[in-house]
Amino acid sequence: MADRLLEYTGTVSERDLQAQVLDDMDIERERGITIKSHAIQMDYVHNDEKFVLNLIDTPGHVDFSYEVSRSIAACEGALLIVDATQGIQAQTISNLYLAIENDLEIIPVLNKMDLDNAMPDEVKDQIVDLIGCDYEDIIEASGKTGYGVDVILDSIIHKVPYPKGDTNEPLQALIFDSVFNSFRGIIAYFRIFNGEIKKGDKVKFVNTEREYEANEIGVLRLDQESRDILRTGDVGYIISGIKTSKEVKVGDTITHLNNPCISAISGFEDVKPMVFAGIYPTDPDDYEELRASIEKLQLNDASLTYEPESSMALGFGFRCGFLGLLHMEIIQERLDREFNMNVITTMPNVSYNVVTNKNEIIEVHNPSGLPEHKYIDHIEEPYIKSQIITQSDFIGPIIKLCLDKRGELKNQVYLSTSRVELTVDMPLGEIVFDFYDKLKSISKGYASFDYHISGYKPAKLIKLDILLNGESVDALSTLIHFDNAYDFGKRICSKLKELIPRQQYDIAIQAAIGAKIIARETIKAVRKDVTAKCYGGDITRKRKLLEKQKKGKKRMRQVGNVEVPQQAFLVVLKLND
Amino acid sequence: MAGIYLHIPFCKQKCHYCNFYTTGSLKYRDDFVKAIKLEIQSRKDYLGSNKITTIYFGGGTPSMLSVEELNEILETIYGVYDVEPNSEITLESNPDDIDFEYLADLKKHSPINRLSIGIQSFFDDDLKYLHRVHDSKRAKKCIENTLKVGFENLTIDLIYGIPTLTNDKWTENLKLFFDYNIPHLSSYSLTVEPKTALDVLIRKQRFANIDEKQSIKHFNTLIEQTDKNSYVNYEISNFAKKGFYSKHNSIYWLGGHYIGFGPSAHSYNGLSRQWNVMNMKKYCNSDSSNLIKEKEVLSESQMYNEYILTSLRTSWGCDLEHIYNVFGDGYSEHFHKTIIPFIESGKILKRGSVYTLTNAGKLFADGIASTLFFDI
Ligand SMILES: Nc1nc2c(ncn2[C@@H]2O[C@H](COP(=O)(O)OP(=O)(O)O)[C@@H](O)[C@H]2O)c(=O)[nH]1
Ligand SMILES: C[S@@+](CC[C@H](N)C(=O)[O-])C[C@H]1O[C@@H](n2cnc3c(N)ncnc32)[C@H](O)[C@@H]1O
Ligand code: SF4
Ligand SMILES: [Mg+2]
Repeated sequence: MADRLLEYTGTVSERDLQAQVLDDMDIERERGITIKSHAIQMDYVHNDEKFVLNLIDTPGHVDFSYEVSRSIAACEGALLIVDATQGIQAQTISNLYLAIENDLEIIPVLNKMDLDNAMPDEVKDQIVDLIGCDYEDIIEASGKTGYGVDVILDSIIHKVPYPKGDTNEPLQALIFDSVFNSFRGIIAYFRIFNGEIKKGDKVKFVNTEREYEANEIGVLRLDQESRDILRTGDVGYIISGIKTSKEVKVGDTITHLNNPCISAISGFEDVKPMVFAGIYPTDPDDYEELRASIEKLQLNDASLTYEPESSMALGFGFRCGFLGLLHMEIIQERLDREFNMNVITTMPNVSYNVVTNKNEIIEVHNPSGLPEHKYIDHIEEPYIKSQIITQSDFIGPIIKLCLDKRGELKNQVYLSTSRVELTVDMPLGEIVFDFYDKLKSISKGYASFDYHISGYKPAKLIKLDILLNGESVDALSTLIHFDNAYDFGKRICSKLKELIPRQQYDIAIQAAIGAKIIARETIKAVRKDVTAKCYGGDITRKRKLLEKQKKGKKRMRQVGNVEVPQQAFLVVLKLND
Repeated sequence: MAGIYLHIPFCKQKCHYCNFYTTGSLKYRDDFVKAIKLEIQSRKDYLGSNKITTIYFGGGTPSMLSVEELNEILETIYGVYDVEPNSEITLESNPDDIDFEYLADLKKHSPINRLSIGIQSFFDDDLKYLHRVHDSKRAKKCIENTLKVGFENLTIDLIYGIPTLTNDKWTENLKLFFDYNIPHLSSYSLTVEPKTALDVLIRKQRFANIDEKQSIKHFNTLIEQTDKNSYVNYEISNFAKKGFYSKHNSIYWLGGHYIGFGPSAHSYNGLSRQWNVMNMKKYCNSDSSNLIKEKEVLSESQMYNEYILTSLRTSWGCDLEHIYNVFGDGYSEHFHKTIIPFIESGKILKRGSVYTLTNAGKLFADGIASTLFFDI
């Protein structure tokens, strides 16, 4: 739909138009999803009057809801785009509530009307129920054919209010995003709420208290276009020779040095990552380079957190916090693609609160950071309140899945005769691993899922260790609910057996709780590794094969006397493969 | 000193395990003979002024060509290359092709002086498992005929590790070989190559899979028995009486130069390796612009790796002095450092500057080579 808006307003020439114009990361195009918010300015002439519209295209996946919330803070209105073939999704609702909380004007749009299986009447009813608009206010459109795009634009002009604020007031601009450019340093994107900014102005970032000169300012068209002045309501970028990522905090306010605004704009709450995993360089020598890469990535993705940690098995690395598993996967992939950093990611886990005998609360992001057993009074794990919207046919199996995941059904509401919304409280740790995939397959894709953290609850958690030839591998330890430990330990062992190649010696893989072994597998030693036939035509092929093997070995990590390949450290994510 | 390889890709039927380039159709037979003669002439400069000491008809099944066709090809070679008088000229053959007449004709009318016969096993159930054309009777008969005709320089291929081949049967196969007093043996452990019928049949569980333990047992029997009967295990899969080592194959293993004619044939001139298109029609219609499928110029480390890969498999072994002289001290140091653990574990034997695989080490030749490889 964003593509159509850009096309219709002539922001992107036909020549430049490719699918997903704004999704400029390769991963986004390949996966067909939006990960980052993208801001772009469009001109639109309506009844001979020229309007400037600033569009921010946002991701849909719950892992990236932080991107949505930041974008919403910079806007006056929101297009609520609902797929006419799917109806309202769980994440539609949470994003809508965010928009409503921020007082945005909501314009409901029914998308994919070009498809035969569109159900306009039914989905319009859902929308009316949800936001209380009039049936007629819902715009029918198609992101494929461009149908309805003119109506959307006109509706934006009629309904979305002009930016409030006063150009004569002191400058007050909200930083809602930042990117790293290897030539220009750090570029911050902002929205001006009051005042104006000129090229060359001396400015201050209120929170960090740092001062800069605005070397270049401009607007975000398809490319950055520099301008001499930007005024209240404008969305733009600033380049001011910022070198390190720490200096720019998304949510910070930009103001003038000599005529500062009285108060900062209330920015965003720091996102709290909920999933943690170790990230280690495959080659231990790349530690510093990894630090620099993560730092740069963080600039572009404020929701990523990191702190140094070390592992007996893997050496020096970072414990990173992610919004969810998809986020973690994407970070790993971006490190590889954008920074050429090959990394090992360890077993992910959620963040736990350990309550000690002395009634102190320690936040634990890593099973190996757990205090000794005798000091622990109990452990609390994060809980979520989740919404699942699905067709009534699937409720039975979905409820069963949630109960298997230690969930508690809180509410069940029929949105229509065939659509149900379930509200379930679940431990976050349970949905981190294979919940989505299972939900998707049980519901044949007809279930949407959304959640927010609701608090912490005590749980019977134990630390599950994995041993290779008797040696515990810290990077493979997990905290897990006691009831699941046996089954989980067994599955991990048997998956590791697949992931670790046969070696010179037998390898014992064991899962243990304390000193007690609860599961075991053995990888038999290689007894024969020789090509039978090696003639003129075989030499190149054989040499290449063995060279590749040698490379593969180099990417492995030695744990005791066992060579462990990179992907084995992510064994939990592969349990269902 | 250089070798000529000719790839004759015709086969009556495809053996389940085989991943060589072959074709079942004889449609292009005449075109092929013309094309290979043309290739022989057009690439005459590839080996420079090197004299030819070996010629090898391999396949596929070269014995599907008539003696006249083989001679035509040989004449073309003699017309273009400087072939040493006592050159080794080998023909690979399948038992079902070579009857007494053919053998007698070959012996009498062609300069071919070495015969290699793909026996594989003297038992019918093994031959069935392998999907060979011939049966056990034919296998024995053709060896008897060959000996009768007077081919002294004879070798046969035997495959072990076939699920149907019990230990006793394997011992029996070897005994038959010894009894015929054949001077050379190539014996391969059955290998499931990807994308072969055997691979699919095993995956679909229609065929029994190979048992590694059994293959090892057969290998040990092979080493023991051939040694007892005074054969030298001069390359992992090759055994010969004194004076009967394959000169042609030794070129491959000792880094010598060779030119390959025919579809999929490989050539190597000490600097680069290249191989021809793997398609009969393309081959027959090719000229110098589209004959080569791929060519690689070997880097120093790739040459080193190939030296390790091939020489380690032979009884001549890897020579540290050679490494030092040819590749320099960076490589000799790397070799010295990486080989030590294998000496300690009894997989490598060191005699002066020469390192060879012990019998225990032979089973791990690939892993050892890859560890010794040099990577930039
Ligand atoms: N048929 C049809 N397909 C559409 C329409 N709008 C979007 N799509 C397809 O739906 C997929 C997701 O679209 P996108 O706009 O990237 O969704 P996002 O995840 O919300 O960013 C893409 O494959 C689009 O081609 C539409 O109106 N009709
Ligand atoms: C490719 S054939 C060519 C000669 C002739 N057509 C024949 O079959 O004997 C040469 C030899 O390679 C061996 N060979 C080919 N593929 C093999 C495999 N997958 N495993 C073991 N030996 C193999 C067989 O022993 C065969 O005799
Ligand atoms: S006869 Fe030889 S070349 Fe032909 S398919 Fe069988 S093994 Fe392969
Ligand atoms: Mg998108």
